[in-house]
Amino acid sequence: MRPDVFSPGAVAAKGAISIRNVTKIYDPDGAQVMAVDNCSMDIAPGEVCMIVGPSGCGKTTLLNAIAGFHSITEGEIILDGVQLCGPRQPLATQSADRIVVFQNGALFPWKTLAENVAYGPMVQRRWPKAECMERARTALKEAGLGAVVDKYPGEVSSGMARRAEIVRALINDPKVLLLDEPYRAMDALTKQIMHEALLEMYDRTKVTIYFITHDLEEAIFLGDKVYVMTTRPCRVKKVIDVNLPRPRDYTTLTTEAFRLLVKEADEAVHEEALKAFKAGEREMA
Amino acid sequence: MSAVTIDQTQTPPSRTFRRRSKFERAISSLGFWRGLAGILVFLVLWEAAAYLKTAADFTVPFFGKLPAPTLVAAAALEVVVQPGYWWSWVESFKRVLGGFIIAMILGIPFGLALAVNKYFRDVFFPPFEILRPIPPLAWVPASLIFWPTNEMSIIFVTFLGAFFTIVINVLGGARTIDVRYLRAAQSMGATQWHLFSRIILPGTLPSIFTGAAVGMGITWNVVLAAEMVSGGGSQAGGGLGFFIWSSYMGGSMEHIIVGMISIGIAGYLSSALIRWLGERAMPWQRAF
Repeated sequence: MRPDVFSPGAVAAKGAISIRNVTKIYDPDGAQVMAVDNCSMDIAPGEVCMIVGPSGCGKTTLLNAIAGFHSITEGEIILDGVQLCGPRQPLATQSADRIVVFQNGALFPWKTLAENVAYGPMVQRRWPKAECMERARTALKEAGLGAVVDKYPGEVSSGMARRAEIVRALINDPKVLLLDEPYRAMDALTKQIMHEALLEMYDRTKVTIYFITHDLEEAIFLGDKVYVMTTRPCRVKKVIDVNLPRPRDYTTLTTEAFRLLVKEADEAVHEEALKAFKAGEREMA
Repeated sequence: MSAVTIDQTQTPPSRTFRRRSKFERAISSLGFWRGLAGILVFLVLWEAAAYLKTAADFTVPFFGKLPAPTLVAAAALEVVVQPGYWWSWVESFKRVLGGFIIAMILGIPFGLALAVNKYFRDVFFPPFEILRPIPPLAWVPASLIFWPTNEMSIIFVTFLGAFFTIVINVLGGARTIDVRYLRAAQSMGATQWHLFSRIILPGTLPSIFTGAAVGMGITWNVVLAAEMVSGGGSQAGGGLGFFIWSSYMGGSMEHIIVGMISIGIAGYLSSALIRWLGERAMPWQRAF
């Protein structure tokens, strides 16, 4: 057994992420910037984990490390007992078990929605080409996008595009879905519908979700746990257990329990945002 | 057969409209008629300027020196029945398309290689950037010496005109593909070949067509000048550039203008061809 493999068999379910003492130092032109400092997190399989914190605090750095886009400086990240990255291999290998949904959407504009969704299975040769397309159409129909399967991303609304992008991720049957502020630029009403659609897809797949957001209500509404991060360098400041019953819908938003949780998160985030703002002022001076 | 009853509560079947052709839509739009009116006003003013010259001996600046549009039309009617005139078209088109197609065949892979491979870029980009600012026409004397025939040297200069533009556009287009597309594809398991063929290539297509459209314009500029300078090869099929040049030598202003308008039409047809190909190659762009 390789020593860097963490006790196999201890975790049975899929999608357990363990982030252990991870540090990331960026070194552009010798100016050592510590983005993440000795950060540890344990995400249970199938958990919806919401990450909130001030802008530029290093939330995306962790996401990039899990996805295999950026290397880490110290520590290790383990997925289901297998080390993704650690001292010996600072950059994780990219794989379809961890799929990212990007801030501004990354559907390929030159492919129709069905072709976009079929892309992953096709390049992985999971099924014959025709079957990939057939399954992509079915998956889009299940997500309420049956009428636009043959449209290009530029022809549909941003809400439809974002939903299709999540379908494109989930068809690969990933262990972890990594979302980097996917609903940032959306109006409140569209966001609400997106949340319900995401929860519905989550209930069907029970995939582990690592979701970065600035929107505290979004965090409480969707999450099992909300991680409030400190300002740069990024560490876990507070973990809020969201014990609101599932399934949740828009009526949850007006309950007393919901409001209290938002307040709790708000206090923690506000403190960090102030620190970040003051640090910014110092840097400018 | 039972009687048909119409249920008023039912929603009427949605009316389907016959999709009108592009031409029908064009002639029914006000913009088309305004454009036509603009051309007519221009022709009338031109005719009036020519009339003032002959009738009142008053020379309107620039326009007064031109033959009247009616005389040009008469000259045009006279030349369009001569096969020699059409051979000029064929000659010029052969050169433009020859140079242009070679430029596309060499320029697109070269630009993509510059974009995706750092070593290739390090070695080939500096000499490319030194050669690029040289105007294609500055190559005419050298290429007349390099190449055994006039025809080859004209095609070579035409090729240069399009090549640099195409390469720069392909390089720029491929380098500015959003990194999110590459990351998304990689995280879904795309191989290097898939990244190239399914992401970089389609992502660069809009730039390839922009480069082609600009390059096509330059090839027409270049081919005409090259035909004038080199004498256009044989006397019989000198191309449209030589047609203008020989009209100038023969002192026929009407024929010069017929030649000029012919080139305008030829250039327009070439651009329309590229637009047509572009729309077919990039169906997703029609959405915008």
